[in-house]
Amino acid sequence: MPYLGGKEAVRELRRALSNPNIQSDPLRYRNVVLKVIRAMSQGVDVSELFSEMVKACATVDVVQKKLVYVFLCCYAHLNPELSLLVVNTLRKDCLDPNPMVRSLALRSMTNLRLPSLVEYVEQPLTAGLRDRAACVRRVAVLGWAKLHSLQPGSEIDASVVNELYSLLRDPDPVVMVNCLRALEEILKEEGGVVINKPITHHLLNRLKECDIWGQSEVLRVLQRYRPQSEDELFDILSLLDSSLVSPHPPIMAATLSLFLSLCSSLPAVSQAALERVRGPLLAACGSGSREMRFAALCHIQLLLRSIPGLLGEHYKRFFCSYAEPAFIKRRKMQVLVELVNDENVVMILDELKGYCTDVNDDTAQAAISAIGRIGRSYSDKSLEILTGLLGLKQDQITSAVVQTIRDLVWVCPQCSDTVSSALEGCEEVLQDCQGKQALLWLLGMYGERVSSAPYTLEVYIDGVRSETSLEMKMELLTSTMRLFLCRPAETQDMLGRLLHYCIEEEGDMCVRGQALLYYRLLHCGIEETRNVLQGQRSDPSMGVLIGRPAEPISQWVSSFNTLEPLKYCSVETEPASRGSPEHLASVLKPNTDLPDNLDCGQLQMVHSGSDSAGDRLNCSAGLMSPGAEPCVTLSLSPAVSPEEFERLWMQRHALHSGQEPADEDDNCLWTEETIRCTAVPHCSPQNLHAAMQLVNIQTIAFSPSHSLPWKVFLYTHTLRADTSSSTLILGELLYTGEAHQQCSADREVEVEVKEQMDATADGEKEIKVTLLQQPRDVSTLRAFLSVLTTVIHTLSSEMA
Amino acid sequence: MMRISQLFILSSKGDHLIYKDYRGEAGSDVVNVFYEKVTALTGDQPPVVMSHRDLHFVHVRQGGLYWVATTTEDSSPFAIIEFLNRLSALVRDYCGSLSEKAVQMNFALIYELLDEVLDYGYIQTTSSDVLKNFIQTEAVSSRPFSLFDLSNVGLFGAETQQSKVAPSSAATRPIQSSRDQGGKSEIFVDVIERMSVVIGSNGVLLKADIEGEIRVKCYMPSCSEVRMGLNEELSVGRSQLRGYGAAVRLHECSFHQAVQLHEFHSHRILRLCPSQGEQTVMQYQLSDDLPSAPPFRLFPTIERDSAGRLLMYMKLRCDLPPKSAAVSVSASIPVPRGSVSLSQELSSPDQNAELILQNRAVVWRIPRFSGGTQLSALFKVEVPGLSSASLLEVGPVGLSFELPKLTATGLQVRFLRLSPVQPGPAQRWVRYLTHSDSYIIRV
Repeated sequence: MPYLGGKEAVRELRRALSNPNIQSDPLRYRNVVLKVIRAMSQGVDVSELFSEMVKACATVDVVQKKLVYVFLCCYAHLNPELSLLVVNTLRKDCLDPNPMVRSLALRSMTNLRLPSLVEYVEQPLTAGLRDRAACVRRVAVLGWAKLHSLQPGSEIDASVVNELYSLLRDPDPVVMVNCLRALEEILKEEGGVVINKPITHHLLNRLKECDIWGQSEVLRVLQRYRPQSEDELFDILSLLDSSLVSPHPPIMAATLSLFLSLCSSLPAVSQAALERVRGPLLAACGSGSREMRFAALCHIQLLLRSIPGLLGEHYKRFFCSYAEPAFIKRRKMQVLVELVNDENVVMILDELKGYCTDVNDDTAQAAISAIGRIGRSYSDKSLEILTGLLGLKQDQITSAVVQTIRDLVWVCPQCSDTVSSALEGCEEVLQDCQGKQALLWLLGMYGERVSSAPYTLEVYIDGVRSETSLEMKMELLTSTMRLFLCRPAETQDMLGRLLHYCIEEEGDMCVRGQALLYYRLLHCGIEETRNVLQGQRSDPSMGVLIGRPAEPISQWVSSFNTLEPLKYCSVETEPASRGSPEHLASVLKPNTDLPDNLDCGQLQMVHSGSDSAGDRLNCSAGLMSPGAEPCVTLSLSPAVSPEEFERLWMQRHALHSGQEPADEDDNCLWTEETIRCTAVPHCSPQNLHAAMQLVNIQTIAFSPSHSLPWKVFLYTHTLRADTSSSTLILGELLYTGEAHQQCSADREVEVEVKEQMDATADGEKEIKVTLLQQPRDVSTLRAFLSVLTTVIHTLSSEMA
Repeated sequence: MMRISQLFILSSKGDHLIYKDYRGEAGSDVVNVFYEKVTALTGDQPPVVMSHRDLHFVHVRQGGLYWVATTTEDSSPFAIIEFLNRLSALVRDYCGSLSEKAVQMNFALIYELLDEVLDYGYIQTTSSDVLKNFIQTEAVSSRPFSLFDLSNVGLFGAETQQSKVAPSSAATRPIQSSRDQGGKSEIFVDVIERMSVVIGSNGVLLKADIEGEIRVKCYMPSCSEVRMGLNEELSVGRSQLRGYGAAVRLHECSFHQAVQLHEFHSHRILRLCPSQGEQTVMQYQLSDDLPSAPPFRLFPTIERDSAGRLLMYMKLRCDLPPKSAAVSVSASIPVPRGSVSLSQELSSPDQNAELILQNRAVVWRIPRFSGGTQLSALFKVEVPGLSSASLLEVGPVGLSFELPKLTATGLQVRFLRLSPVQPGPAQRWVRYLTHSDSYIIRV
């Protein structure tokens, strides 16, 4: 066993290798070499045998030669001097009449990776490029790339580069593709191989000669080509049409990538290509290899971001199969949620229901939360299933269901009635912390409709001493406070006990601080408390899913056919699976929950400006100096993902609403505006989204119509024609329904524009606009505002 | 440009079987990094792509082994996964079978393969026709001596009926041995279909998809052309109207790029020059449709008896034609959490059933199930504290089975001709098999 007696075995092998009797018997010699390689691949260090192996390489037995070369390539870097001995043998082999030996020698020579050998290698490589056997030319071409990587600084001879370019016309397709690969590496600093019109057309004409690997490489290189005319573009597209529906997923994906990059300015053609690729992608989803299935599913999720309806009728292809691993099932459920429409919702929910009792807890949980997400658009049907699951009285299922219901109610407050009747009895089943927290939150919010709510809370309060989880205690405090506000008689006593415990005995400062806050709040009076605690019952900003606008293809095309889509655990960020939804929401928008009277009387700088009748845009004289507007165009690219948006927004928001004064050199502009109009908040999200898209403003999340407060988040890029500088603008529209709206904490705002309106006499609504611009450019911001105002006025006039 | 920096094969226990570094960009310690990462994943984390600093691991599982490539982020996942699958198929072709043992015994051959298949991390060729000129090492067959092989030799060497059927192991031998060891020149054509079906609790067929492929495994030293005739009444596409007779319908089909289709449209004949080893010649799909009744139906009765046990009375009917039969049928019936023990009444002694607590399911196995017959079974499951709500946990029943000598679409190979006619005796085998990808009956 080489594992056990490593040293002993190596000594044994050395003896055998240098035994003249064995050396004279080719078969025995080969077997000893074989043993060395076996030991090597099992992890034994056999580097000591280097000199013996160098000798073993001088043989006519090709198999033995190959084995020795495997060894040498592995250990050459440890013995650069001895390796010089090999070079002679290798150079001799390069002249062997057998092309297989020639290619083997050339490949091994370049694989030794020794910079000291470069001078010996160049000559055989040059000869190799002109060898009559294709297999030698293949090796020689890549050999130059290897040589280049050994001496990264040095220039490769221009004549070699020229020769490589001319070998693109080699009759052997693998040589051609290898030339592309080698040139890409050698000319990396210059942007890779030149893809001009003759080369492109040559490559396209020979595409069909390549095998699938060659084809996908060529297709990828061609992405750099920009056709000179529309005719040429369509010639290329029609030539590639058959590759688009290739049964080989690598070719299909590479072709689609190429199509999308060629047609970035022709959305209709891109759309048609995506539809055409549907069949092969679905076939890949049913592939026998589960890894291939997974890759296809991840890419389908990308496609659905732009064309949500692409696969609606094929939803059954995404039903999970009995024996699939959990990670594939999870992806399939994510796709199913995206595919839901009026026709298939019953079937999809039925199927998902079957997964909820899956033996794998991950799968069961994923199914339950998938039903919850569908519930945002089809709440009755989903809730029926979810409440049915509570009847099973299983701790894990109940916990997942309660959490899902909490997230659902947060987005769809209209289902709270059904929910409150279903909550009775859950507390007996729930075991884990997250489930209990979700239940407590629901009881706090909807306690007035759950008759047993105080008794449930009492059980938890009695057990608070043995409770270890900090989050549980915090949630318990808040819920009890909330319940006290709507059912004081039943709750007063237990609230007293809980506060007493938390203030007097609790060791954790967070809990204690929270309890003290509530205690003092109660001293301020019941109305104050109510104002603080009974804020939002539903998500003021709306989830990402509802009315999620179709993203432009450019948003994901750069990651298509790369490893990136396979890496992320979920495309849409799973909201609020941990902790209360309002906490998450308040992370996103800290200001909105705070009522005015907590505002410490902090008043913001108010610039009074004239209400310009023309655009009804309230603006400060300082910021918006009237004058010639620069010529500004808006554009949607590069796209900003919701996560990215949130990050930028939060970062700035913290800066501007926090204590820190914004530093001077910070090249950002944070401003708030008010737009007055008649009826905007009542138009549908789709209308709004479409209207914004017309002027190249992307809406990223918005509340449903008629909800209050009503919010829209949006972004765009501005591009000035005169200076060709561009800026990114992020924005928030807020309509609270009140005529007078005061912005809260904003002490040290860098640029603060706020117009206090005295009256909204003619029934006009005020929409507060908060904008973030990066880098700052006041004049483009102004141009943007006027565009935005125009859109909103147009919409409101349509509504009115 | 897609390049593979390192390639390695690990056993399921993490033993290093094969390691090859093509570009010298990272050390061999990444092998251990990979194994630690892949074993540390939780159930729902996707394992296919993992990253470690700048390195990205892409792997597939084949034959119980990890086939891993390290690469850069912009590589095409489709290409790498397809390549790793193709590589494992090549190893299977060259070694005869795919297992830890086969890889260990043939490591020299695999290194030789890896040397030819990739150069500097770029894929050169994966065609066995090209590779056979370069691969010199003989495969070491890991197949043990088996009495089964002897059973095919007739009494006193006479030709018996049995020899008309190829043994199942016939196609698991290395392709190269045919050259020197005077192995038989044979060609196997396998028509393999996978069914995925969902049947609602009311017996309505909710989903029915069939994915099929024709695989050719060729052990012929000289490449000769094969003409393969499929059913003449074969319609491809959704739009065509259904004819009267028993036409075979496929919704989509695609072919290997080496297949010539001149005669396909008129006579449904495929022409190809198969390379040595296995290749998929044609892939096809039929979705949302089954040409005949689904092979199995289940009539369950689930109740709670007076003693608080769960009673499941299952009647399973096989709707195959009477001459056919399903083999290795196994029905997995999810039971409520907390189930403790099972007692059963089965209709014949060759069936068996057991409660697998880990899967929370009763598994009912039927080795052979003839068409047109019906089996019933009574399961009594002891579940402490069984409530009537728990009955809802008796979830959808999953069936797995194999239908030998049968294709669900009805696709058949009418004839298989080799031209030019082979000098020696060339044996041609056509085998049909349908198996369940996922056959779910809701209760």
